[in-house]
Amino acid sequence: MSVLVDRNTRVVVQGLTGSAGTAHGNGMLEYGTNVVAGVVPGKGGTAWESAQGVKVPVFHSCFDAVRETGANASIVFVPGAFAADSVMEAAAAGLKLVVCITEGISILDECRLRPFLKETGTRMIGPNCPGLITPEECKLGIMPGYIHKKGDIGLVSRSGTLTYEAVWQLTNLGLGQSTCVGIGGDPVQGTDFVDVLKYFHEDSGTRAVAMIGEIGGTMEEEAASWIRANLKKPVVAFIGGQTAPPGKRMGHAGAIIQGGKGTAAEKYAALREAGVTCVVGPADIGRAMKAVLDGKGR
Amino acid sequence: MNLHEYQAKELLAKYGVPVCPGRVAETPEQAAEAFRALGVPLAAVKSQIHAGGRGKGKVYEKDLTTLRIDRGVALVRNVEEARSVAAKILGGVLVTKQTGPQGRTVRKVYVEAGCEVDRELYLGCVLDRKAGKPVFMVSRQGGMEIEEVAARDPNAIVKEPLDVGYGLRPFQGRRLAYVLGFGGETLGQFVKMAASLARMVVERDLSLLEINPLVVTKTGNLLALDAKIGVDDRALELQKQSDLEAMRDVHEEDPVEREAASHGLNYVTMDGNIGCLVNGAGLAMATMDIVKQAGGQPANFLDVGGGATKEMVTAAFKILCRNSGVKAILINIFGGILRCDLLAQGIVEAVREVQVKVPVVVRLEGNQNEKGREILGSSGLKILPAKDMGEAAKKAVEAAGLTR
Repeated sequence: MSVLVDRNTRVVVQGLTGSAGTAHGNGMLEYGTNVVAGVVPGKGGTAWESAQGVKVPVFHSCFDAVRETGANASIVFVPGAFAADSVMEAAAAGLKLVVCITEGISILDECRLRPFLKETGTRMIGPNCPGLITPEECKLGIMPGYIHKKGDIGLVSRSGTLTYEAVWQLTNLGLGQSTCVGIGGDPVQGTDFVDVLKYFHEDSGTRAVAMIGEIGGTMEEEAASWIRANLKKPVVAFIGGQTAPPGKRMGHAGAIIQGGKGTAAEKYAALREAGVTCVVGPADIGRAMKAVLDGKGR
Repeated sequence: MNLHEYQAKELLAKYGVPVCPGRVAETPEQAAEAFRALGVPLAAVKSQIHAGGRGKGKVYEKDLTTLRIDRGVALVRNVEEARSVAAKILGGVLVTKQTGPQGRTVRKVYVEAGCEVDRELYLGCVLDRKAGKPVFMVSRQGGMEIEEVAARDPNAIVKEPLDVGYGLRPFQGRRLAYVLGFGGETLGQFVKMAASLARMVVERDLSLLEINPLVVTKTGNLLALDAKIGVDDRALELQKQSDLEAMRDVHEEDPVEREAASHGLNYVTMDGNIGCLVNGAGLAMATMDIVKQAGGQPANFLDVGGGATKEMVTAAFKILCRNSGVKAILINIFGGILRCDLLAQGIVEAVREVQVKVPVVVRLEGNQNEKGREILGSSGLKILPAKDMGEAAKKAVEAAGLTR
């Protein structure tokens, strides 16, 4: 079992013929993802050929792609100035899951997306995220596929490479994953920790959750309250940026301590209070999960 | 990116928000001329730096000990005073609560006509990340930092969310006006001003707007006495606000961070002894954390991103090696998109070119990591390999001679 994506997910890649779209279109197909269409305005009616010689039809719009191929999820590799519009097109065309990989969308464009996606009932993952993966079924993202292993740990994270690090630790200890979701590092996101925790809560294939947060905002605190009230499955959490100076943006647009708020210490305190197993060493995430599952952890 | 007060007021004036007449000056003579041109009995000479607390700050010589003047904002009553106060402030280093002990060099002053203040209020607009929209905030406690008000009495702050597609609705403006105690003509003036500010936030991609204090003059008029504006860096990168981009003051930015950015590197200067080179922001933060846990101090945050080239790695090494505080360099790479063999090649060439003198510890994982390790191993360079990030941090701290 898994959440959000599985082997029935039919993917349209927006911006498939660009360099990022092509590279990751290849990566997804290699992993076995069912990539059924590309959308590039102006290139409708052509076909894109993968590195392995798989031909994927390209359409002018998501509307055409959905009608012709029955696509049910989209992934967006479109530059920042146009990405929000692409996400809205996917939503308007009826796609219920849209992953926006693009980094660099303006904050107000991200604000404009929220009410639009609410109206269409679309779940957006990102922007500025690595995407999500259900191991051995569907990779809807840019992560290296081989580090994952099928299993029953749900993973949710605001980071990219730190997510890979955590996944790799789990896999090396024999702990497979149900689904790994990278929600992204921007200040305004389509999906937050609580959204994903709800999916994991309902998924019978997820036994425990690993959560990778970072400084900035209050998403971890909100997750802590929700976990405390609802989640019976064990959660292991790490927060990045324990040594970050206040007032500085640490790479991610959303990773900033403002007005003394959004520190790792506050987040850890809230999570501990909610009964979450907190890991302060980034190299210990896998081991902590194993200890919890073996009944040795908290 | 932040604007100076005088730039913020220029923008406010364009949106019809009342501000006092003022002129910017870069020399004492210009300040004297500005006072003369204003033709008022009283003016303020205000230091222009990107930090608050200027009024209570102190201006020092470059040695940071010899005091020039005990305030960053001073009232002047004649041309001579304007000239002499500006001479003390300009070129001095202003240290305030927000600048840190190193202070900021003052290169410009704003000479602004004085006004008769009846009441000081607060108005701000910041992003509410959870709601996914900007939110207007007002408080009757003007002149105080909003964080301080929030900590002391959160109920003293009233908020109204901004619908970016529509703007601030009249009822929202009225609600804020009543909270601030306005009635009659001032109420009408405020509602109009709030709507105009909302339009400015949306049209100009502002990430921060603060009018503190917003004053009511003795004649019952509203006036933005101090203003702070931040512009969304993303919008600037997308070249949406070129006239605001032209207001950028590079002196207010960390030169090393700026240089790093020109190479596509995300860098933040810190005070430490282990230089860090990492791909990905989350992993870069976690690497800093583990360095600290191993007994070292991270000297920087550095994210080379997913598409690091040899040129970027070389530029990164140059920046790290210039910092004399760096006693060892830790490279932590988890190749997803990034290929470890290409990166290893870049490291080898960079270490040769830059003639790195401090120990370099490298942890490579992910895409083509075995090839990458081979390249490092056969390079003949003194590069210490590590199998995971825990070991890498430990080795870096040891190599730097910092072992506890």
